[in-house]
Amino acid sequence: MNRIPRTFADLAARKEKALIGFITAGDPDRTISLAAIQAMCRAGLDLLELGVPFSDPTADGPAIQRSSARALAAGMDLRRAIEMAASIRGCTEIPLVLFSYYNPILAYGAEAFYRHAVAAGADGVLVVDLPPEESAELTSRWPGKALSLIRLTAPTTPPARLEAIAASASGFIYHVSKLGVTGSEGVSVAEVEQKVRELRRVTRLPVCVGFGISTPAQVAAFSTVCDGVVVGSAFERLIEENLGRAELPRILAERVAALKAATRGGKGNAAP
Amino acid sequence: MTSPPFSESAPYGGLPDATGHFGPYGGRYVAETLMPAILELDEAYRRIAPDTDFQQELARLLAAYVGRPTPLFHAERLSRHLGGAAVFLKREDLAHTGAHKINNTIGQGLLARRMGKRKLIAETGAGQHGVATATTAALFGMECRIFMGVEDIRRQAPNVQRMRLLGAEVVPVASGTATLKDAMNEAMRYWVEAVSDTFYVIGSVAGPHPYPMMVRDFQQVIGQEVKRQMAAAAGRLPDCLAACVGGGSNAMGLFYPFLEERTVELVGVEAAGHGIPTGRHAAALGAGSVGVLHGSKSYLLQDPGGQIREAHSISAGLDYPGVGPEHAWLKDSGRARYEAVDDAAALAAFRLLCRLEGIIPALESAHALAWVIQAAPRRSPGEIIVVNLSGRGDKDLGIVVPRIQPEGKEHP
Repeated sequence: MNRIPRTFADLAARKEKALIGFITAGDPDRTISLAAIQAMCRAGLDLLELGVPFSDPTADGPAIQRSSARALAAGMDLRRAIEMAASIRGCTEIPLVLFSYYNPILAYGAEAFYRHAVAAGADGVLVVDLPPEESAELTSRWPGKALSLIRLTAPTTPPARLEAIAASASGFIYHVSKLGVTGSEGVSVAEVEQKVRELRRVTRLPVCVGFGISTPAQVAAFSTVCDGVVVGSAFERLIEENLGRAELPRILAERVAALKAATRGGKGNAAP
Repeated sequence: MTSPPFSESAPYGGLPDATGHFGPYGGRYVAETLMPAILELDEAYRRIAPDTDFQQELARLLAAYVGRPTPLFHAERLSRHLGGAAVFLKREDLAHTGAHKINNTIGQGLLARRMGKRKLIAETGAGQHGVATATTAALFGMECRIFMGVEDIRRQAPNVQRMRLLGAEVVPVASGTATLKDAMNEAMRYWVEAVSDTFYVIGSVAGPHPYPMMVRDFQQVIGQEVKRQMAAAAGRLPDCLAACVGGGSNAMGLFYPFLEERTVELVGVEAAGHGIPTGRHAAALGAGSVGVLHGSKSYLLQDPGGQIREAHSISAGLDYPGVGPEHAWLKDSGRARYEAVDDAAALAAFRLLCRLEGIIPALESAHALAWVIQAAPRRSPGEIIVVNLSGRGDKDLGIVVPRIQPEGKEHP
């Protein structure tokens, strides 16, 4: 069984929601990034989205733009991010999802990407700028089904499109909480709840929510309406505020623990 | 009367297909947050653009406001100087605001109005598209926000002042290389959030479908006029068309009505910057590889890991690491070919046109001219080359004047 469904099943049995952490691989450099991520995994992260830095992150806000720039400046790229995934896999069994823009994967080659990602222990991939209309050119070259393709849905996605997206999704659905870039503010639980209800009608996959969620209070609130909550920019801001400090892994781990505690409220899981 | 920009029965394979592909290029590579907006725009464009009222309004504005048709001028002194083919200039520099960009912004502005959008946003490099969008917003009483890299704000200051005078807010973009690609990144980020009441006016034949098709359709008035004007002037088709290519809108506008006229040679001229071997250039077609940037698949300047590389050109409008997907298709299919000229050749062409014809060309257009200066002497006097003089060069004086030595000694 792929680690993603197993994790969500275990969480549902414990009446918890998933805390999903997004971290740019190699920010501010490979060594610190690896130590930070390992500390976060030990502190209770349920699923890791490992961000592959890209020179032109059009869907990201300032925090992740800057984290991508730091990682690129330190020499990170898709090949090294996959190597990092393998190192992370060496010390945790939580699901790993590679999070990338399409061009680095296109340059890498669809089949090589699949083989190397699976060999590294990755469970899924989310390609921000690859909508279902264009994704066959990637997945048709995959020689197996070991990698879930995580799909995005948005507040503006109409019902028929939600259904089409859900039909081609695997792993879980990543619902974008609001229109805007990553890290933007002003998300509404009520609006998200409505959309999650629509998604429940068309999919049995877990539905997770991200963009603009940073505090334990927000995590607790969104945990009541979906199966998992993604926190990303908030971690990148912590990295930025603590550049050069040896305590960085501990600071991130403490934040993870606080956010994780907020996922243990318990209602509204997807059907097991 | 200007011909309709919309052609259901498009020539050259009727591309793009319904999902916006030109062969393997084009498409819609955007985050799901933008997909509904892109699909709405596609639907609206296909519904509204063929409408007779829309076409009449567009034709009226292109004639009475933009000043179309722009002249096709036989540059006799330049032709004599080069001693080969006859060179004609398509005077897009004489369109209102001083470049071809306004053909497209008026079209998209009208579309925005029909769609009920009250705000326009745009990215700009040289500032010509920003000025044209700000102008259109003023004409239609819309709010306007222009994203521009801080590097371009510095080197194209007169256009920044023009945009502000026209009532637009100019948003400086400091991220990345602080040039056109970063301005486009920021415009896309802003659009995601503001999509309900905001229309994103893309200025080149780039971006996700339907933009490459739509911008081409609004710009093809250039080629349509050339066809008629050439028939009147010489009673035949030209032998060769030349246009500069950054994203490629003025070239697509000139080429498109000629795609099925196989005797007409099509030459796009990219910016070789400091020279292709130095790696400091903007020749995506000539020296790039296939990738995805800003919503479509095309040729790009990128490193082996798929990170976008910085482009270099003396001309801000050509300083872009990508190129429109239809150009990628025309290159692969062999229907058009793409050359590159460096900064120095463009500056020499700039200077030559000033002295010989009394026309100050935009640095972008000077690249196309520079290729013609190389090519025309090798051709027979019976041949006709049409160059798209896509913009005027007043905006470039701050760049050009410090770089060229005065020829005469009359003003020591």
